[in-house]
Amino acid sequence: MDRNSKKAWLYLLPSLLLLGAFLIYPLLDVLIYSVEECYNFASQTYEGLGLYNYAYVLHDPYFLQAVENTFVLVIITVPISTILALLISTALSSIRPLRQLYQTIYFLPYVTNTLAVGLVFMVLFQRTEYTDGLINLMLSWFGAGPIDFINGPHWAKMFVLCFYTIWVVLPFKILVLTSALASVNEEYYQAARVDGTSKTRIFFRITLPMISPMIVYLVITGFIGAFKAYSDAVALFGTDLNAAGMNTIVGYVYDMLYGDSGGYPSYASAAAILLFVIVLTITCINLLVTRKRPTD
Amino acid sequence: MNHSESTVSKQKARRRREGLRSALTYLFLSVWAVVVLFPFYWMILTSFKSYGAYNGEHTPVFFTLSPTLENYVNAFTAVPLGGYLLNTLIFSLITTAVMVVVSTLAAYAFARMRFRGKNLVFGLFLSMMMIPTELVVITNFVTITDLGLRNSFLGLILPSITSVFYIYLLKENFEQVPDELYKAAKVDGTSDLKYLWKVMIPICRPTLVTITILKLIECWNSYVWPRLITDDPAYFLVSNGIQEIRENGFGRENIPAMMAAVVVISVPLILLFLAFRKKIMEGVSRGGTKG
Repeated sequence: MDRNSKKAWLYLLPSLLLLGAFLIYPLLDVLIYSVEECYNFASQTYEGLGLYNYAYVLHDPYFLQAVENTFVLVIITVPISTILALLISTALSSIRPLRQLYQTIYFLPYVTNTLAVGLVFMVLFQRTEYTDGLINLMLSWFGAGPIDFINGPHWAKMFVLCFYTIWVVLPFKILVLTSALASVNEEYYQAARVDGTSKTRIFFRITLPMISPMIVYLVITGFIGAFKAYSDAVALFGTDLNAAGMNTIVGYVYDMLYGDSGGYPSYASAAAILLFVIVLTITCINLLVTRKRPTD
Repeated sequence: MNHSESTVSKQKARRRREGLRSALTYLFLSVWAVVVLFPFYWMILTSFKSYGAYNGEHTPVFFTLSPTLENYVNAFTAVPLGGYLLNTLIFSLITTAVMVVVSTLAAYAFARMRFRGKNLVFGLFLSMMMIPTELVVITNFVTITDLGLRNSFLGLILPSITSVFYIYLLKENFEQVPDELYKAAKVDGTSDLKYLWKVMIPICRPTLVTITILKLIECWNSYVWPRLITDDPAYFLVSNGIQEIRENGFGRENIPAMMAAVVVISVPLILLFLAFRKKIMEGVSRGGTKG
């Protein structure tokens, strides 16, 4: 028995070592970093313990800008992408021919490199001295003036970022909802059809309640994912997000850590923990709100 | 059939309404399909336009009459795209291979072996799934820098290997293999390692293939960690490479060549997806999120 026990630990050893070194130790360490004041990366010394790093981050205009951008992104993309995914997957499950083809097409953005395809979006939306770009050509068909979506006004940049984010996150949502819809018991529908229930009523009274756990799951993971937005913004606006005014909280963390403005792991840690607290709070609120509903 | 006149006409009207409804459904689905596909079309189209032709178009043109491969030549000669691709391939293959071995061993220990504290350790493993990467990346950056592993494959690979979720997925799958097989093997004196290799792995091959592909996709697209840990272009992966090409690439704003690079980076994953479509979609719907 004891020999067996030893052997089991041996099998677990590689993953335990890796997880310990790169997941558990860093988790504790980041808390320590965040309270070490005036940490010097070169000499690895600090002057005292306290909450100064948090105060610094919370007063940094770049951080406040990043928080604002992230919240706008979350508030816009999570509802739109969830509703759009619901519409698309409902439409998808009501057809038979070509369904597989559509499903395959819709999933494509999931397997593409966010950074690479982001460049295509940049080209489509960008206005340069040579050309107004394709999107502006389309706008001009409707008589709307050319707008530089990449280097222009903040709202235009936000629009592109939201659009691209939705484009990127939809495949996962469509996939999850399509399989949820497929698992609704066919007998419910048959019973409703015998009763002559209208399609809209069937949707709101049968389909929606049956797949609501999956929608809740998507909303929660959607919130978490959107709060961690970063590489989509880099793909569209380049690595210097502070200059573009389009930084996100995660982007702020990485900029503090490394790069031209980097070298401050304490500030980065404080910002990362603040992000974690925000995400945790929102997730708890989500869980509380959705927990209440089934009892009504 | 002896339906009365009125029911026949009512049925006709209903069929017409159904027809309209499905036409609208197809229209809606097609619009979204175009939104999804159009960027791909545009990148392929632009990659075949010559530099002069592209910059001469004040109004974007939706087709090209004189396709050229010049941009693809440029992408491999003017910038080290080949090197980026090779780095990404090496990184993805090694990381995925080590991940599969490490996860299989751990999953086997959880699924088949008896040892003290098993439930406690497994609970700890599960709770680790909730740790966000953004929190641990800071210390990992410092650790790897202190070890002098910046700009090395070891530094890129080590923190990218473990994936608690895949261990969990494999453990669930291993547990479905009937216990009788294990007992019979034990009676025959088969060692655990041999049993794992000869029985468990062949039976659970579908799950292993799924996690391999999902990890490959994740590695191919990874951006944040490689960006933090490499500043020498000789070690750039494709994501960082394309960003580098964008920011100081061809010496001038050469969008067609950039699009050629984007096509080259995207094609391998799209081919992988088309080859393993079912497996990938099934695996992702079981719990992958794009993070």
